Amino acid sequence: MEPIIRVQDVSKSYWRDSFEIPVLNNISFEVPSGEFLALMGPSGSGKTTLLNLIAGIDRPDRGTINVAGTDIVALNESRLASWRATHVGFIFQFYNLIPVLTAYENVELPLLLTSLSKRERREHVETALTVVGLKDRMRHYPKQLSGGQEQRVAIARAITTDPTLLVADEPTGDLDKHSADEILTLLERLNLEFKKTIVMVTHDPRAAEKAHIIRHLDKGELQQN
Amino acid sequence: MKIPLKYTIRNLGTRRLTTGITVLGIALVVFVFSAVLMMAYGVQKTLIATGSDENVLVARKAANGEISSIIDRQTANVILTLPHIAKTPEGKPISSGEPVVIINLNKLTGGLSNVTVRGVSQQVFTLRPHVKLKEGRMFNWGSRELITGVAIEKRFAGSKIGEVVRFAGDNWTIVGLFDAGGSGFDSEMWGDADQLLDAFNRSAYSTITFRLDQPEVFQEFKAAFDKEPRLQQFEPKIERRYFEEQSELMAGFISILGIFITVIFSAGSTIGAMITMYAAVANRTVEVGTLRALGFRRRSVLAAFLTESLLLSLIGGLIGLFFASFLQFFTISTLNFGSFSELAFSFALSPTIVSSSLLFALLMGLLGGFLPSVRAARLNIVNALRSS
Repeated sequence: MEPIIRVQDVSKSYWRDSFEIPVLNNISFEVPSGEFLALMGPSGSGKTTLLNLIAGIDRPDRGTINVAGTDIVALNESRLASWRATHVGFIFQFYNLIPVLTAYENVELPLLLTSLSKRERREHVETALTVVGLKDRMRHYPKQLSGGQEQRVAIARAITTDPTLLVADEPTGDLDKHSADEILTLLERLNLEFKKTIVMVTHDPRAAEKAHIIRHLDKGELQQN
Repeated sequence: MKIPLKYTIRNLGTRRLTTGITVLGIALVVFVFSAVLMMAYGVQKTLIATGSDENVLVARKAANGEISSIIDRQTANVILTLPHIAKTPEGKPISSGEPVVIINLNKLTGGLSNVTVRGVSQQVFTLRPHVKLKEGRMFNWGSRELITGVAIEKRFAGSKIGEVVRFAGDNWTIVGLFDAGGSGFDSEMWGDADQLLDAFNRSAYSTITFRLDQPEVFQEFKAAFDKEPRLQQFEPKIERRYFEEQSELMAGFISILGIFITVIFSAGSTIGAMITMYAAVANRTVEVGTLRALGFRRRSVLAAFLTESLLLSLIGGLIGLFFASFLQFFTISTLNFGSFSELAFSFALSPTIVSSSLLFALLMGLLGGFLPSVRAARLNIVNALRSS
């Protein structure tokens, strides 16, 4: 299958005071379209950094990242923002819902960046909330939802624009076992039923089991399978 | 695409205490700011209402006000021979040669203050139809009697009908009360011009005011006036314009002093708004990171936070203005620099004051919110998301 993500010779360092801390060292890999990839590794191994680079919210020091045919490293900040709005759905560990907006309004947020009409946006939001099983909670604010429900709303927000790629950073890290299972089942369904390409960072081996490909990172280097 | 306005509005409601305190601070400054402007405008409005567009007032060119102007009777007669001066059916010019003097009276609140006494001529009510006798009667011509303006009666002891005021070595009985419709004449006492000249041993009026047969012929009249060699030391002005100029010094002083003080106050409110907005940015760092990750641009974040700050200040401005608007029900008096005498006036609100006060509030919001909004817009997405 044609790769949807192509990472080539990517390196990234952070500076703390005057010390350079290498995070990723000459990483290269590909992810075929429709795959469910789990990135695993100990804390500080660089997996979240790699996820951020693929999602276009961070930039590598060296190397190229091509996602869905676009060299995202070459994009300027403004174009990169538009690219993210179109191609990437984000799922965060702590859900990152906007507390002053209802579930409906949170899911609608990414759609405000499209040219859809209000009626079309409503259809998209309702579809996304139906997929995650929370259509009846769309008028609720995040604080009126459980952790698992919040994460499902976050997933609805991630899929509402029908993005090319879903990136999930420890999506079950803040959930109890039952809620975590629900979320993982939902991600699996999105991958199998809706053919979404998913890149997930996780510490949890049970979560990684749902993925088709598991890649391990250690000290900024991708381990051989 | 903009971050929705409901995000901004609802966030204002989440920090009720800090938002409330900031709004209160801005409201207080706007209250003072608009009160000062309303005071200056009140003075201006009162004095401008004193004059009429249909009347012409002649004063000595070098005089700063009516008090320092002198027009002898011969000159007054020359003026009244000029063309375009309106006449009564009996053929008398509709004019009033007026000596203006200042006397001291005791204020009801204690202390002495200056009061203008204006000598008027028999055509005065035709000349100034907005002045109406409210109580009592008109003074008798040729007697030492006075009628008093409503603002004087309310503020000065011994100024009621039947009471006697002593000045220029004589007793003057108050026989009537007049209402000049909130104009500067309400703060005056009027008597027979000839009696006043006699009592003060003067032979010259301070000013002469007369009506033109048509208001639009003023330039023509002025041309004739300027050609007359005996009138070179005098200057005719539309009466309203004359009093408008008289108000400028006083209104300007109040405005400048008041605005200077409120600008200093506003620094405090602006810093308050800035602290509130910095706190808002700090509390919502993750939200900003999330919005940016979703694809909202820096300028959308900047606009959202700046709008929040502007809304905060607009609410403060509206509250301040709302309370300031009640000042319109108050009348105060102060010493008018133009006439050196007490002038009663009401605070007056105008569309310009409303818009300037709201603009002033928005300026505080803009200045207070700009740096925090820039900080929010410049947040690094990864660092912002990490702060969760």
